[in-house]
Amino acid sequence: MDYYHQILLIVGIFITLTLSLNLINGFCGQFSLGHAGFWGAGAYASAVYTVFYALPVAAPLNMLIALFVGFIAAAICGIIIGVPCLRLRGDYLAIATLGFGEIVRITIMNTEMVGGPRGFINIPHWANIWWVYAVAALTALFMFNLKRSAFGRAIISIREDEIAAENMGVNLFKSKLFSFTIGAGMAGIAGALFAHTQQFLHPSNFNFMWSVIILVMVILGGQGSVTGSIFGAVLLTIIPEALRYVGGAVSEWRMTIFPVLLIILMMARPEGIFGAHELTLKKRSEV
Amino acid sequence: MNENFIFFLWDFLQYFINGIAQGSLYAMVALGYTMVYGIIRLVNFAHGEFLMIGAMCGFYALRAHLPMPVAIVVAMLSSGLMAIVVERIVYRPIRKSGRIPALITAIGTSLFFQYFGQLVFGADPKTIPPFIEEKIYTFGEVNVSNVQLAILAITLSVLLFLFWLTHYTKIGKAMRAVSFNLPAAELMGINTNRIISFTFFLGAALAGLGGMLMGYTMSVEPMMGMNLGTKAFVAAVVGGIGIIPGAALGGFIIGIAENLVAGLYKSSLRDAVSFFILILILLIKPSGILGKNVKEKV
Repeated sequence: MDYYHQILLIVGIFITLTLSLNLINGFCGQFSLGHAGFWGAGAYASAVYTVFYALPVAAPLNMLIALFVGFIAAAICGIIIGVPCLRLRGDYLAIATLGFGEIVRITIMNTEMVGGPRGFINIPHWANIWWVYAVAALTALFMFNLKRSAFGRAIISIREDEIAAENMGVNLFKSKLFSFTIGAGMAGIAGALFAHTQQFLHPSNFNFMWSVIILVMVILGGQGSVTGSIFGAVLLTIIPEALRYVGGAVSEWRMTIFPVLLIILMMARPEGIFGAHELTLKKRSEV
Repeated sequence: MNENFIFFLWDFLQYFINGIAQGSLYAMVALGYTMVYGIIRLVNFAHGEFLMIGAMCGFYALRAHLPMPVAIVVAMLSSGLMAIVVERIVYRPIRKSGRIPALITAIGTSLFFQYFGQLVFGADPKTIPPFIEEKIYTFGEVNVSNVQLAILAITLSVLLFLFWLTHYTKIGKAMRAVSFNLPAAELMGINTNRIISFTFFLGAALAGLGGMLMGYTMSVEPMMGMNLGTKAFVAAVVGGIGIIPGAALGGFIIGIAENLVAGLYKSSLRDAVSFFILILILLIKPSGILGKNVKEKV
């Protein structure tokens, strides 16, 4: 039962992560390859709070503070990275964010206080699956509302055409920085949940590979689609686990499934399974 | 001058020289990045994996008791042919979908080969001996090995060769034409697909060569491409992507900076150095040291 419980936990955390990257990548169209860095920054910052500086209050309240610490830490990273990098576009932005993600990881590796390359141990077990799914649900709600708000549409217009958006009066830099910071902060919350459900952190949890996996989840579901992100996170967490049971060559080659899936998806349907659409009960014309 | 300062100077010189040797290998790998980017504006993330596959094939050629020069040719051919196959199967269909889908595809290809490499070659690191017998010359307090000198010489001759190729041969002129304007080159009767395949082959063959020469500092393992590939890409961007001398310049800068920081300050920061330089360059001059600014038109 523990194994399934763990998978459910990871699914919930990845829903939040995928939604947060979708804000940056899908809504605003800023191609970020350093999302695991924000995730890691939030995880480590919140764990530093709960291990070394926890206030003498009840655990749930402390956990709320930890979530807040994770959010702030990752959002500050988002601002530090966003201000210089958001002037760049496309592949340059991708590489710069990749570089920042790696710098975050290497900084953690070189910080003795959080265990460096040995990993961070003895993090209190203050979060559980209810926390994880409450946060995922709130994030989804936030994204749904954002998508329908004036500001959300402004962000989406940047993705469609930056120059046209600017001519329509959208403040490019402010909108980009907002989505980058909030997206990073939400990844930080996911990091805080990860730290306090797993009780152990290691720098290799937050390397480039994980940025790519989160990215694949966003793209598979559809850039700009909230339900698509949830779908992508669920599917891509469960598929590799399910393939373990097939046995033989499939189990051995299962890690090559991700990249192959990604390539086939890009060839067949570059906009993702859902595109920018949502899965709703209403007819599409009303959405 | 006090004694410590003189020791520091000798150390500095030593790491500087090591950096030049390492940097010329980065330059060799960066050349492939820059050529492919110059011609189809694609950041080929899988370039590091071409290097890995070349070095692996070279390793097995050496194990089959083939002499070193033959093994190097095997490495270059195998990575070059791999690049042609990948370009044909993966990159060519995706080229029309735009730059971001192409970039994502390249990341996918890179990851695929990392796991493919682990399954086919095994995850254990393999050692390639230096390609010539190592001799060390000492000048004062500084050691220079003949391997380092040879690597520098090989890189410089590769640069000269590329200069000759792109300026004085028919295929090189066609490459430049395609990189200026692909549709126009096609209208002029250039077989652009063939030129692109050739560019991929050339770039990957240089990566394979670089992979074999690297044997003197590091071992070959399936995940090596990631680290080396990103550093070489950073080198290409720092010098100005799409510009051949820029890639070489960037390679030397990254190699030297990395060795100085790792040697004089803290070796665990080695991998962060290149990214710091990258971000610095992107802030000051996003088109790279030798690059020209191109404004986007509406």
